[in-house]
Amino acid sequence: MARRDDLGLRAALADRLLPMLVAAMSFLAALALAGTLASAGLAASWQAQASETLTIQVPQPDDPDATGKTTRLTAVQAAVAQIPGVANPQVMSQADENALLTPWLGEDATQLGLQMPGVISASWAGPGAPDALAGTLDKVSPGTLVDAGAIWAERVAALTGSLQDCAAAVLVIVALVAAAVVAVAARAGLAQRRDTITLVHGLGALDGDIATRFANRATLLVATGAVLGTVLALPVLAWLAALAAPFSGEMAGGSGFSLPAPLWFALPVLPLAAAAIGWITAQLTVRSWLRSLP
Amino acid sequence: MVRFEDVWLKYRSSARPGAPAHDVLREISFEIPDGGFRWLTGASGAGKTSLLKLIYLAEHPAKGLIEILGTRAANISRREAALLRRRIGVVYQDFRLLPQLSAYDNVALPMRLAHRGEAQINADVTEILRWVGLEGEIHARPDELSGGAQQRIAIARAVVGRPKLLVADEPTGNLDDEQAQRLMLLITALNRLGTTVVVATHNMSLVERYPAPKLRIEAGRLVENG
Repeated sequence: MARRDDLGLRAALADRLLPMLVAAMSFLAALALAGTLASAGLAASWQAQASETLTIQVPQPDDPDATGKTTRLTAVQAAVAQIPGVANPQVMSQADENALLTPWLGEDATQLGLQMPGVISASWAGPGAPDALAGTLDKVSPGTLVDAGAIWAERVAALTGSLQDCAAAVLVIVALVAAAVVAVAARAGLAQRRDTITLVHGLGALDGDIATRFANRATLLVATGAVLGTVLALPVLAWLAALAAPFSGEMAGGSGFSLPAPLWFALPVLPLAAAAIGWITAQLTVRSWLRSLP
Repeated sequence: MVRFEDVWLKYRSSARPGAPAHDVLREISFEIPDGGFRWLTGASGAGKTSLLKLIYLAEHPAKGLIEILGTRAANISRREAALLRRRIGVVYQDFRLLPQLSAYDNVALPMRLAHRGEAQINADVTEILRWVGLEGEIHARPDELSGGAQQRIAIARAVVGRPKLLVADEPTGNLDDEQAQRLMLLITALNRLGTTVVVATHNMSLVERYPAPKLRIEAGRLVENG
């Protein structure tokens, strides 16, 4: 097939609408891609922090336990120390407990005569969530509450997993819509150039030659739109990264125009993926259409 | 060689999709040896253009055997069909020039499709445009040229690649007598060099001036062969 625009594809596949549509979809894809990576990063950070934290509240800590030999708080502390996976159990001092309550109860919290629970903080180093811990400690000291960060971590993981699935679905939908847009544009171009295509087919042009001419033109337009959409998304992504930075120190590099490192690697893939979608879709569309010719 | 053996062509009405296909050509059998020349004559609507379409592989027969330049048209791959078409020059009744291309690029199109080198394309296209008297119009687009000039470009495009088979549908329809004579000189020269030629025409004076075997069609049937 000749190098020049013998088929008149510059007019048939116009250089405005298709790139603009692809730019809009690339913009959305960049946001979805960033959402996927950001939720994965935040989930990893939150899970690492939350899964290690274990807070145990013992009501009436100074009352005798069931054996009557020691206090409920001491009994729970001893029981906690025996449970595999629990590390560094420490009873929170009265001063620390007061400091913790001051924002809600004020400086004179100790003067209110409230019955405060004993608090034991520990780290959970076991596998999974410490589901059985609460039951075990409740037998030692009825009413003991266990606030396990791992449970929250699992919930955060489920939430972020869902967010990632949604973002992945958005990427798939955007890719499908992009393919549909290219297919429609290619079919419109074929309809506009039907006589030309029929003629060059009759003169001995191979299906592959004609399809490649369309595919090359479509790829150029799609890649142009994808680069435009991705570049336009950069300021928005930088702004979102700055908003997300306090939640994870690793997600943003500080002040100025900063994006997470994984995004710098992922974003250039968008125009490449869009170009591939454009090329393959145009090839398939044109080859399918050419099948209608003898 | 071009060989038809009991060839039928049916068209289905696009206006009435459920309607049965009707016969356009029936029981067509003939043979043209390599380097042969045939006039194809018949009234309008008799089936001349349909027969030419079968020869240049623009239609599939409903039944029968078609052999073009030694290749059976049935069961060849799309690639083989395309390569076979490159060996066939076609002058369409309605010219079918590409409006966005210059006269030069229209004529060069088949050679570019065949991936010929630009130097060879330039030499051959310039020569053939001179032959048809359009050497001064190489940059003109079809809509800037007269009907006769457009027809000469269509003829130049058909013969520029020195086809093994030349199929022409009313090639002199828009030419004056002098240009028609000039065209027939070109076609007969190609024929003498070994190109098989089939020319469909209404112009009986042209047929009488260049005597050659005739294929005459009436109502889709071949009624004269020789």
